[in-house]
Amino acid sequence: MTDIWAGLEAAFWLIVTLDSDLVEITLRSLQVSVTALVFASLIALPFGTWLAIRRFRYRRTAIAVLNALMGLPPVVVGLIVYLLLSRSGPFGVFGLLFTPTAMIIAQVIIITPLIASITHQAMRELWAEYHDLLISLNTTKRQRIMTLIWDGRRALLTAALAGFGRAIGEVGAIMIVGGNIDHATRVLTTAIALETGKGDFALALGLGFVLIALALAVNILIHSLSRTEQEGRW
Amino acid sequence: MIRLAVLMWLALGGVAFAETMRLAVTTSFHNSGLSDVLLPVIKAEIGLEVQLLVVGTGQALRLGRAGDVDAILVHSKAAEDAFVAEGFAPYRREIMYNDFVLIGPAHDPAQLAQATSARDALKRIAAAKAPFISRGDESGTHKKELVLWDAAALEVSAFDPWYKAVGAGMGASLNTASAMGAYILADRASWLNFGNKTGLALLYAGDPALFNQYAYLPVNAVKHPHVNAAVAQALEAWLVSQNAADLINGYSINGERLFSFNAQN
Repeated sequence: MTDIWAGLEAAFWLIVTLDSDLVEITLRSLQVSVTALVFASLIALPFGTWLAIRRFRYRRTAIAVLNALMGLPPVVVGLIVYLLLSRSGPFGVFGLLFTPTAMIIAQVIIITPLIASITHQAMRELWAEYHDLLISLNTTKRQRIMTLIWDGRRALLTAALAGFGRAIGEVGAIMIVGGNIDHATRVLTTAIALETGKGDFALALGLGFVLIALALAVNILIHSLSRTEQEGRW
Repeated sequence: MIRLAVLMWLALGGVAFAETMRLAVTTSFHNSGLSDVLLPVIKAEIGLEVQLLVVGTGQALRLGRAGDVDAILVHSKAAEDAFVAEGFAPYRREIMYNDFVLIGPAHDPAQLAQATSARDALKRIAAAKAPFISRGDESGTHKKELVLWDAAALEVSAFDPWYKAVGAGMGASLNTASAMGAYILADRASWLNFGNKTGLALLYAGDPALFNQYAYLPVNAVKHPHVNAAVAQALEAWLVSQNAADLINGYSINGERLFSFNAQN
């Protein structure tokens, strides 16, 4: 119990004094996870919607695979991305290993199936409602996808936030492909793992509370920007 | 406003202007805290920003083999010699040493405090079947531990469940030992700098078999043309300098010296 109080105290002082290392790794955490979220959303939102309205032969299999991929183990993704980006791997010439770019690539792979799967689930129900209307208006496939995405934006926001949550709290993959290099690829989660390894539980826990506060702040910010959960506008 | 935000975003991506190099080091070296002392001085004196990849010796050698780092600093002579023999490094250069110590629960059920040698200490642990944490991650410390069991004529694979291979770094393994009241082999520097010593004590040290040599190996630029051989050379020159010697010998925690410089010039 004393460790937890010490952690809260450490978190408090880190934030109050705006510790420069803390600011740096927090911004890098945000940079990596938000960038990964943008790329993953660009792929997953249209793909999930497309999957909801399009009928094709192996649709059921595709959906089952997508749902299974939600549980992709980050460590395995990290290892595969590492082997691909390593100097002796196929993409070694780009020198991307141990850079924030490598961390973003790994996170995009981890969160895209999650966002696509939640999107597909929400869009399927919306499509059942809109089906007759959109067909009778003789819309093109592209128009149908855009309409569904716009009208289902609340559900898509949830999908994106779920993806962000998985990305910002992830440690296994980015530890392998980022290397946890001080002032280069250290983020909140890898810093927590490092401080735990040093036996400095107070600082590790302090960083943990900062991470939780950050996730909370991002969620509240996005909700207030998109004006959800307000009176009269559910 | 948006443009400014985008610019800041890009700037954070970090195009470093100082010369940088990547050095894979062992967790024991990093957990000792010495890197926090040396790196700022290296940056100030030769303008080199050393990016540390903190991994076990086994993984450090892997990174060097793949050409993902410019140099490595590790502590497992047999593995280093093999690395050089395979041509991945032109040579190994000894930099400094300290020693391994046996850590265990303060009440010492296996009576390690009365041990006469490292071999005897391990035999006592095995005889008492006291819980023992092994790094189990192919690190230098792990390899040393296996050599010691071997020297004591004990077969690790035949041990009962009291022998636990956790497959983790030095600090994480010490945390496990602390929580379980188990014995563990650690390097002196990591032990002294460790923050969670609850219930643990240093029980045996001093056998010459526990000698722990750290060596620097630049990755062979002939095999991996992209490695920055010039900066690896510059770092090596600094590491064997008098200045480095003073800093390494002068680094102490609670009045206890952690490393002894022994590079040959």
